Amino acid sequence: MINFELPTKLQNLQKMSHQVAAGIFRPISRKYDKIEHGPTPEELKPLAQMRNAMRGTNDEKADKKGASSSAAGSRNGANLAGIVAGEELCWGDVGLLLSVPGSGLGNAAIQAVGTPEQKEKFGKLYCAMAITEPGAGSDSAAIATTAELDGDEWVLNGEKIFCTAGERGDAIVVWATLDKSKGKAAIKSFIVPQGAPGMTLTRVEQKMGLRISDTAALSFDNCRIPKENILGSAEIADTEAARRKAFGGVMQTFDSTRPAVAAMALGLARAALEITRELLGKEGVQADYSRTLYNSSAIEAELYRMEADLEAARLMTLKAAWMADNGQPNSMHASMCKAKAGRMGNDVTLKCVELCGELGYSEQYLLEKFARDSKIIDIFEGTQQIQQLIVARHLIGLSSRELK
Amino acid sequence: MSQDRPFDLSLTEEQRITRQSMQRFAEQQLRSVARPADEAGCVPEGFLERTTELGLALLPVPEALGGAGEPRSPMSNVLNAEDLGYGDVSLALATLAPQGFINAILDFGDEAQQQAFLPRLAQEHFVAATVALMEKRATFEPAELATQAVREGDDYVLRGEKRMVILGSSAELLLVIAAFDGVPAAFVVERGSAGLTTASEEYMGLRAVDTATVTLADVRVPASHRLANFDLERLVDLSRLGIAAIAVGCCQAVLDYCIPYVKERKAFGEPIAWRQSVAFTVADMAIELEGMRLLVWQAASRAEQGLPFHREAYLARVACAERAMQIGTDGVQLFGGAGFIRDYPLEMWYRNLRAVGVLEGAATV
Repeated sequence: MINFELPTKLQNLQKMSHQVAAGIFRPISRKYDKIEHGPTPEELKPLAQMRNAMRGTNDEKADKKGASSSAAGSRNGANLAGIVAGEELCWGDVGLLLSVPGSGLGNAAIQAVGTPEQKEKFGKLYCAMAITEPGAGSDSAAIATTAELDGDEWVLNGEKIFCTAGERGDAIVVWATLDKSKGKAAIKSFIVPQGAPGMTLTRVEQKMGLRISDTAALSFDNCRIPKENILGSAEIADTEAARRKAFGGVMQTFDSTRPAVAAMALGLARAALEITRELLGKEGVQADYSRTLYNSSAIEAELYRMEADLEAARLMTLKAAWMADNGQPNSMHASMCKAKAGRMGNDVTLKCVELCGELGYSEQYLLEKFARDSKIIDIFEGTQQIQQLIVARHLIGLSSRELK
Repeated sequence: MSQDRPFDLSLTEEQRITRQSMQRFAEQQLRSVARPADEAGCVPEGFLERTTELGLALLPVPEALGGAGEPRSPMSNVLNAEDLGYGDVSLALATLAPQGFINAILDFGDEAQQQAFLPRLAQEHFVAATVALMEKRATFEPAELATQAVREGDDYVLRGEKRMVILGSSAELLLVIAAFDGVPAAFVVERGSAGLTTASEEYMGLRAVDTATVTLADVRVPASHRLANFDLERLVDLSRLGIAAIAVGCCQAVLDYCIPYVKERKAFGEPIAWRQSVAFTVADMAIELEGMRLLVWQAASRAEQGLPFHREAYLARVACAERAMQIGTDGVQLFGGAGFIRDYPLEMWYRNLRAVGVLEGAATV
């Protein structure tokens, strides 16, 4: 039965996340935007401990819940909970959320495909993910970092850039190819502990937004890691179907992470709209849904349009996550919500700066920071254009060779 | 809050089954005749009678009053509107007009009023009924009505002009919204009342359905015909959801029609779908349509659960009015010159979708 209201359990999660966002993130939001680089903010460390404690109990609960709720119908699992919590926390600060130890994409990958031993060993560490290279961005199948087995060790060679938490992470999940000539099927991921021999941190980027979150360049020069640090199988699929399946497995991570990134835009846009409504309210602007759009002032109409856009993106994100929780194929919906939320986040935060004029542009408020922070959400985890490609290929039934 | 249900986007078994028959009906009885009906400017012969097989008028009416006694379900009604809108916007509005009237009586009428009017509509044959809200005014605002009601003895006397009234010329019963003492009120007006005249009006779209101007020149109605618990905001919100749901269906029709075309149509030696400018347009149509649909569903689901839904319905209207027109426009554009030709349905959908931001009071769910 169609119901968009969150059950009590998720409402509680929402409230708790909001407390963290309002009580911990917001007060230090500007401070760390200014500090930019440096060690993990002290204020975030208790959160990491809380997260690890919760992760254990949630896994147990999720297992039990999964068994009981399949009979009851709709399942509200980890994906939906992630969206609800993510939106609230990003209402506080996206960059700080990404800086909480343990929040790395590498953690998600290990959680998704790691062996019990790998989960035991790395599960509670802060694990980053290194995919992008100077010569391979959206085209992740073109990565050139190599991995070669030498006795009991993998030997990695190559350059990685734009690696979130590449400096502060305890370990990095590095994508590398076993054989460049074999394309996507030969791409595997490897858990590289921070400071492994042959691994060098070459640069920490200075960015427009998300400044407190470290974005690193890493170099691997005959970097050696134990043989058991490969995620998944070392086999290279040799049939077309097996190849597609192998890389498909890698891409499947996006079915969960893209809605989670979309949720960041939801939190940001909501935060921007709230402040904007407050500032405009002082000037007598009342957008109370009482008159049609055409009988509202231009500025009220903008507020309605933005709110509608935010709400649409929000519902699409919840849907994509709900589908994942209920075992429904959601690749297209994950891309749809990411595309919608990504551009909505940009549009809304920039428009809020504009509507609030000097106050919006000033560092006295956070609106200008939201507008800077929001841009990356339409870029990382697949750009707007990549999402459109994916959606179009799914809808029209075209291969990546036909629709390039 | 009272019931702790999970977040859920799956249809009930009943909704699933109903959708199948609704979609079949829309395909056979609406889609297939939409173009000739648009050209002729009227519903096809026998069409309204055939809509009675859906039982839409009977469903929510209590059994004691001759209906099926199903619970009032804005959510199911929105799904029906979506499926009928996939067939045709005009014919969907015609099909849903009597149910819109019935829903208003159920929501705003007292027991005596329900007993007086509902049995007349819960019939095996088609009985036309409708809601008359709109008026002749740019930037029409539902709460600011020029049509006035004044009290004279045991009667109300109505004066004014209502526009774009779906099935207005043939409706046995009209729910006329007029201001009484500056407050919006709703009056059931019988066809043939002295002072009531109707005239069909031509519009850019919605040509297949009668969109009438209803003139009330001192029409006298008994005091018992004024709905006891009228709430204009609720009527407008539920109507906007019905119209938006029809638009969602129509936009889905546009998208489904464009996909095979862009795959087959070749330019420069390859399908135009291989070009990003075309493919991304299709992707954006689907993305925006998904947002429209979920906004409508959310508001309808809240209405069904008895939760406040004015904000949600308002936002659904804002999004659907703009995005639906964009999808209609994109559909024509993707077909190029062919989109402008009346051999194809694109231009008709474009004209019909313009009504989404204009129409008020129809298709109350």
